[in-house]
Amino acid sequence: MTGQDLTPYDRGHLHRAFLRLWRKKLAVVCISILTMIYVSGLAAPWISPYEYNYQDYTAIRESPSFKHWAGTDLKGRDVFSRVLWGIQNTVVITFVTMATGGLVIGVSMGLLSGYFGGRVDSIIMRVGEVFSSFPDILLVILLAATLRMRILEWVRWVEDNTFLDGIVKTGIADYLVVSLALVSFSWIGMARLVRGQVLSLKETQYVEAARATGASIGRILFVHLLPNAIGPIVVTVSMGMGALVGTEIILSWLGLGIQPPRPSLGTMLYEAGSLSALRVVPWMLLAPGLVAWSLVLCWNLLGDALNDVLNPRTR
Amino acid sequence: MAKYVLRRILWLPFLLIAVSSITFTLGTYGPGDPVQVMMGAKYDPVVAARLREALGLDRPIMVQYTEYMWNAVQGDFGESLVFRGRSVSSLLVSKMWVSFQVNAAAMVVSLSVGLPLGFWIAHKQGTWLDPATITLSLLLMSVPIMVSIPLVLWGLCLKLHWVPCSGWGGILDARIIVPAITMGVPGVAGLARLMRASTLDVMGQDFVRTAHSKGIHPLSVDYRHILRNALIPIVTVLSFSLAGMLTTGFITERLLGIPGVGDFAIKSIFSRDYPVIMAFTLILSTAFVLANLLADITYSFIDPRIRLT
Repeated sequence: MTGQDLTPYDRGHLHRAFLRLWRKKLAVVCISILTMIYVSGLAAPWISPYEYNYQDYTAIRESPSFKHWAGTDLKGRDVFSRVLWGIQNTVVITFVTMATGGLVIGVSMGLLSGYFGGRVDSIIMRVGEVFSSFPDILLVILLAATLRMRILEWVRWVEDNTFLDGIVKTGIADYLVVSLALVSFSWIGMARLVRGQVLSLKETQYVEAARATGASIGRILFVHLLPNAIGPIVVTVSMGMGALVGTEIILSWLGLGIQPPRPSLGTMLYEAGSLSALRVVPWMLLAPGLVAWSLVLCWNLLGDALNDVLNPRTR
Repeated sequence: MAKYVLRRILWLPFLLIAVSSITFTLGTYGPGDPVQVMMGAKYDPVVAARLREALGLDRPIMVQYTEYMWNAVQGDFGESLVFRGRSVSSLLVSKMWVSFQVNAAAMVVSLSVGLPLGFWIAHKQGTWLDPATITLSLLLMSVPIMVSIPLVLWGLCLKLHWVPCSGWGGILDARIIVPAITMGVPGVAGLARLMRASTLDVMGQDFVRTAHSKGIHPLSVDYRHILRNALIPIVTVLSFSLAGMLTTGFITERLLGIPGVGDFAIKSIFSRDYPVIMAFTLILSTAFVLANLLADITYSFIDPRIRLT
């Protein structure tokens, strides 16, 4: 076999996995739906036809029409615009949580725990066990309910004592509360997974070779161990995003998430789900429900597909 | 194995101490003041101070915590701050019974549809029925509960008038139908998928081929060789579904006006009735940890190849 024969396969494991993923129709459909939802959420300030709290008094409780694509709610606000703004909140919160809780905290805890073993390992894993023996939704609700006032106080203090102004109005405190509450449990699964991967990978010969040539711990962790554990991590991220979206919606449904007047999918579903609303404005449920459903569904389907292409051994 | 189980059980108290102290700290440092909650609009600083002293809320947190835990171990979770004079245990027990009935009904729906469906679809592997059923079940599984309940209510109750819309009348009442369906159907999808995968796994085993080649009747192979082995992974999942049920329970109970423990817990969190929150968290975490332990042990009994270390 000459070098030329190898060129098509030269680009590595991830490239091949990507090509395999590209051939799965369902995965591609999911990626496009997710991209569409996320882009339209992020672009809400520019593409939404109305402001999220603009009330059209001539069109209260109107069913879907060309003027209001998803109808209007009890106060005459455009449901479609509100859904776009609601997506924006969900997008920001879930991405921030996944990046900090899942990736930064989860992965580094897993690396540390797996590589060093011993006392470090048992401390990290025991702490994880404590957090995971709380039924997670209860922990999140407790945290969100108790943290809110503290964080609001803190943000007000920052406002009073620095030149920064109007932070409370931006609703950043809400983001902080919800993200903190979600991070508290979202790192554990990831840490366990990475730990398991590291435990098996660190016994391999290439790690031994790297250690023998005097590679630093950081280099072994991030250049040799982490890239080889990337497959399961990607799958966990995708599945985890579905769960995070679900939990975020539950939180705001309970009134613990983003506070009105800023719209969120959970609050909209809450308003639309009561019997009195169902009698008068059933369409209010349609748009936010559809978005919430496709978000959860697509992340799960994508996770399944990624699992197929990245971890071929388990197929 | 006995050693492993013993170690897990000995570890349990430490776990619960950690969980309870986190909950206690959150309850104490959280916003609002339980005394304020109790007195409502008739707030008066002098009376409040006296009340605080009477309830022992002016003591250091460590003292309060130790006393609380000492009583809790003996089964006394204190008095509710909102429902004066009612002990937390009596409140929780009646609510838990309601939630248990709802969950049991949902579980019956999930099991009685999910398991046969998964087993059947595994035998149809390779036909269009297989991917169609699996995709359909995924579609159903992903509908968030706060969307599916209003949808079912709108259809079955407001439009067709087949079922009552909300309320609670015990497990033999027509009002159990909506929660049983909406909480049970996501479970159907999950169980069917799992059952299919595990059945397929067993069907590919050597002993199944041997059984078939010995000329055993296919139905007998299905029952004696495949079904029994395929049920192994289901046991674990059932114990884990405790947590899932809780998540959906909060919302179902709130939406449908069922006086269960999930709705009660949320209300208590909002009204800062933290004796109730503490008791609820403690009981639930204990149940959660024990369920996981039991699942591990059951697993090793059903499948002796699994070694617990």
